[in-house]
Amino acid sequence: MLGQILSRLATAVPSVIGVVIVTFMLTRLLPGDPAAYFAGLAATPQAIAEIRGKLGLDKSLPEQFIVYVGDLLSGNLGTSLSTGQPVVTEIATRLPASAELTLVALIVSAGIAIPLGVLAAVKQGSWIDHLCRVVTTAGVSLPVFFTGLLFAYVFYYLLQIAPAPTGRLDIFVSPPTHITGFYLIDSALTGNGEAFWGSLRQLALPASAMAIFSLAPLARMTRGSMLSVLGSDFIRTARASGLAPRTVVFTYAFRNAVLPVITTLGMVFSFLLGANVLVETVFAWPGIGLYAVNALITSDYAPVQGFVLTMAVLYITLNLIIDVVYGLVDPRVRLDT
Amino acid sequence: MLPLLRHARYVLSENPVTAFAFGLFAMFLLAAILGPLIAPFDPLATNTSLALKPPSAAHWFGTDQLGRDIFSRVLVATRIDLTIAFASVILAFLLGAVSGVAAGYFGGWSDRIVGRLADTIMAFPLFVLAMGIVAALGNTVTNIVIATAIINFPLYARVARAEANIRRDVGFVEAARLSGNGEARVLFGHILPNIMPIMMVQMSLTMGYAILNAAGLSFIGLGVRPPAPEWGIMVAEGANFIQSGEWWIALFPGATLMLAVFCFNLLGDGLRDIIDPRKRT
Amino acid sequence: MKRRTFLASSSALATSMAAPAVFSPLKAQSRQETLLIVAENTPNMMDIHGVGANRPSYEVSWNTHDRLMTYGVKKDASGQDHYDYSKLEPELATDWNVTPTSATFKLRKDAKFHDGTPITAKDVKWSFDRAVTVGGFPTFQMRAGSLEKPEQFVAVDDHTFRVDFVRADKLTMPDMAVPVPVVMHSELCKKNATATDPWAMEWTKNNLAGGGAYKIERWQPGQEVVYARNDEWKNGPMPKIRRVILRIIPSAGNRRALLERGDADISFDLGSKDFSELKASPKLTIVGTPVENAMQYIGMNVKQKPFDNVKVRQAVAYAIPYQKIQEAVMFGQSIPLYGGADNKAKGTNWPQKHGYNTDIAKAKALLAEAGYANGFETTLSFDLGLAGINEPLTILLQESLGQIGIKATINKIPGANWRAELLKKNMPMITNTFGGWLNYAEYFFYWCYHGQNAVFNTMSYQNPAMDALIDKARFTTGPEYEAAVKGFVDAAFEEVPRIPLFQPLLNVAMQKNVTGYRYWFHRQLDYRQLVKS
Repeated sequence: MLGQILSRLATAVPSVIGVVIVTFMLTRLLPGDPAAYFAGLAATPQAIAEIRGKLGLDKSLPEQFIVYVGDLLSGNLGTSLSTGQPVVTEIATRLPASAELTLVALIVSAGIAIPLGVLAAVKQGSWIDHLCRVVTTAGVSLPVFFTGLLFAYVFYYLLQIAPAPTGRLDIFVSPPTHITGFYLIDSALTGNGEAFWGSLRQLALPASAMAIFSLAPLARMTRGSMLSVLGSDFIRTARASGLAPRTVVFTYAFRNAVLPVITTLGMVFSFLLGANVLVETVFAWPGIGLYAVNALITSDYAPVQGFVLTMAVLYITLNLIIDVVYGLVDPRVRLDT
Repeated sequence: MLPLLRHARYVLSENPVTAFAFGLFAMFLLAAILGPLIAPFDPLATNTSLALKPPSAAHWFGTDQLGRDIFSRVLVATRIDLTIAFASVILAFLLGAVSGVAAGYFGGWSDRIVGRLADTIMAFPLFVLAMGIVAALGNTVTNIVIATAIINFPLYARVARAEANIRRDVGFVEAARLSGNGEARVLFGHILPNIMPIMMVQMSLTMGYAILNAAGLSFIGLGVRPPAPEWGIMVAEGANFIQSGEWWIALFPGATLMLAVFCFNLLGDGLRDIIDPRKRT
Repeated sequence: MKRRTFLASSSALATSMAAPAVFSPLKAQSRQETLLIVAENTPNMMDIHGVGANRPSYEVSWNTHDRLMTYGVKKDASGQDHYDYSKLEPELATDWNVTPTSATFKLRKDAKFHDGTPITAKDVKWSFDRAVTVGGFPTFQMRAGSLEKPEQFVAVDDHTFRVDFVRADKLTMPDMAVPVPVVMHSELCKKNATATDPWAMEWTKNNLAGGGAYKIERWQPGQEVVYARNDEWKNGPMPKIRRVILRIIPSAGNRRALLERGDADISFDLGSKDFSELKASPKLTIVGTPVENAMQYIGMNVKQKPFDNVKVRQAVAYAIPYQKIQEAVMFGQSIPLYGGADNKAKGTNWPQKHGYNTDIAKAKALLAEAGYANGFETTLSFDLGLAGINEPLTILLQESLGQIGIKATINKIPGANWRAELLKKNMPMITNTFGGWLNYAEYFFYWCYHGQNAVFNTMSYQNPAMDALIDKARFTTGPEYEAAVKGFVDAAFEEVPRIPLFQPLLNVAMQKNVTGYRYWFHRQLDYRQLVKS
């Protein structure tokens, strides 16, 4: 088992190297000149050249790359121009916010999509099946920033039932004691009801906007997977031997259909992390997506690099975990195939 | 081909949703082709005395901040949006199908290179990668197309690779090879045409994603240059007016955008049903 | 789920979500004593001397540090509080004595830094030395008032500080009341200095070494800054507001919603349209103050064809849809700078109206005279960071230029690149804004028109005759000064390398129970005068 995990890890190495190279190239290609930014108003060309030297931007690209990799290895992702903070600390403080939002969205989405998918498969071709397809497809067709804006307008401004879109907690509620960085978990652990309720309220709109967006792949995969299992011989045998339809569907079919759904969950999670970028902008969510958008628009190299690297590493790790889990759950799957 | 057509007719009659999607698609195509001809107003002409008017008989979708007719802009934008979507999808297909088929057919180092490339791209949050590419190359239509194509490339490459891999040793390929066809000929003359249906499904599904992607880029300011009408930009501009009650500026382009993506997604599903042999009865 | 039960359960959800959080009884009270500001951009450091400190960090510095002096207050034309440039008032210094060669300041005896250490002249000297030494913006701003080298600053004793003048400069005294010459805790900074960083520039980015009216309680760049009042503050009247929270809300629509719903107290960062509409709101007060010495303009690069031809520039000036911009882009929230009687200066005030108006026929004629009867192609660039105004403005302009045959492509340049692009000086045509802290015409012209070709001279305009007038105005007074100013304003209008469009307003929206707002030349919020009832 360990050997398998290690060999699976080894396959991730080229990806990580690729990501590091692409990230470096991409940020060097970004227009804009950090030296001009640092030199400030009324800077003379000499002053800018001096700062460029200080930042190491006058070196050749390969040299800069070596410096960059060296920094990476020592855990230094640089400093953001626009917030003045080290990128590592900022990403570390912001990652839980994004992860919490994404996970909640994923849970909501799975909670709706999986039953829908099962239902659609069981009643294949019926109006339920079509409705399920139309609804989930409509969800994934909505630009997520548009849904977000609409939600904020309708539920906060018009109906006044949602809290102000000002981030993870109401301004006058203090955040729970830091344990995991996930407000829901931290406040539950410390028994802080106010913070728990507060962060749940704040999560409701952005998480639903994202959940709507991710219904389709989950529902579709569940339906497809259920259909193929339901059509298989052992189900036919089970039905033939007179088991109750409910037992057949839930005990036999669903259990066997759930594996591909788990894989899809991983894919959807990373997909949602990407969609975060826009949702966080709409809801002032202090996550890494918002951080990355701001950095990209202001040509702030370091956070863009840091963000992309973190996401890529996260994605690779996630897939690794899923593969391993998959291997544990299903003995037929060998990691090396 | 005939059985396929018959099967298509069967699926369409069986599946009203797919039929609806085809109808919608035809409508969008028509709008893209005829849009500028049938638009009631010049989509670029401003008229500040008519700014921010709600929908009316003259201006079905109302007017925007500069008094431009939103209906005309939405209509004319169809061409730009569909062009971006088609162009990026075709580019992604060309890149992905060729390299994927080669990787699946030859295996070995070509397979490894394509696989690593796809893995590397897939490891990025795709939207952020697109943002980065457009920010780095400059925000023009061409660059949006390139960025969208790059982030879609791995999907095509993987599908093509898997399909080519399966078909590499099957009878008809073997036969083609034995009758003296070169490898390239086998690859492009026999394998590629055979995986076209499945690639079509992929194209239809990614088309919707391409439109969403372009709209997202516009939303954060990296989209098409003004004053060209484009759905995403119109939503982004209109977003600033939702709070003050001018909902129509964002809503109509947003709804059209959604409808277009919706149409492509349904179409993709439908196409999949049509080519899926398990549904052929 | 049946429709009815669905509706019932969804409304149950709605009520439960709407249930006001009644968990903490203290909340209402703390809300009452707290000022909540919503803003678009985050401060990036606490130190105004820091490399790359952005405008929101000036606000942090202004409220958490003291300066020797501050400006007085007056009522502006609409009866609003406005800083008074002509009156310098005590802050850390209780009084001062100015001679032709120096100024001597008496410092307050009981003033303390946030950690309780008394503030002495040594700290003032160290801080001033720092400002003139570290380079970049602080050094440049000090130099504008002829404050150039550490030798000028003398700590006579613990509570006496002297500045020796290098030359007679009318800006020297006023320049000591701008945000840059803050007084910092020298011992604390020195403790955190390193061999490569003798002025502790790294440390002060995230650590406060001030003694101002507010302390920083929580600092989360990109999210929020929480201030608490410094109850030991002696350098001015005790501020009324105990806590200030600055929250960063990126979406403009949400900022407006927060204000309208009464959840936020005050904000600068709304669009012109929002301000013009919110004026009618019974719940909010909107104050709009013309930004001194500032304008939005169209700049043309005179080093490039065809804008090297003055007739082409004048043609563009006649082709601008001024009125439309005023209405559809600014929603009336700015002061027009077009349509004066002629192109002659009407006084020494700046900005002022020029004589151009929208006149397409005249524009066409001028373009034909210049030999461009068929027009030409060019690029019109703007800063994406200010797209709310720039985008509709350039679209209107593009359309109008099209009428005289000029095909302009609009080029959006993302925020941080904008500065780099300006520095390159090769954009043919731009729209931009510029405002100077110190309200003198010659100060504006020195940066924007002078042949020294500073980055703000975005047109690369060089005219030795005008340079002579600008230099003259800087060091003269009386009729000679007036003649010089009128001379360069006339030339600027006649030659139009930049076409002034309008003078922007600094608008602020606040709840009706917030009073005491004061306009400052630095355009940041001063929490110390605000009252929330």
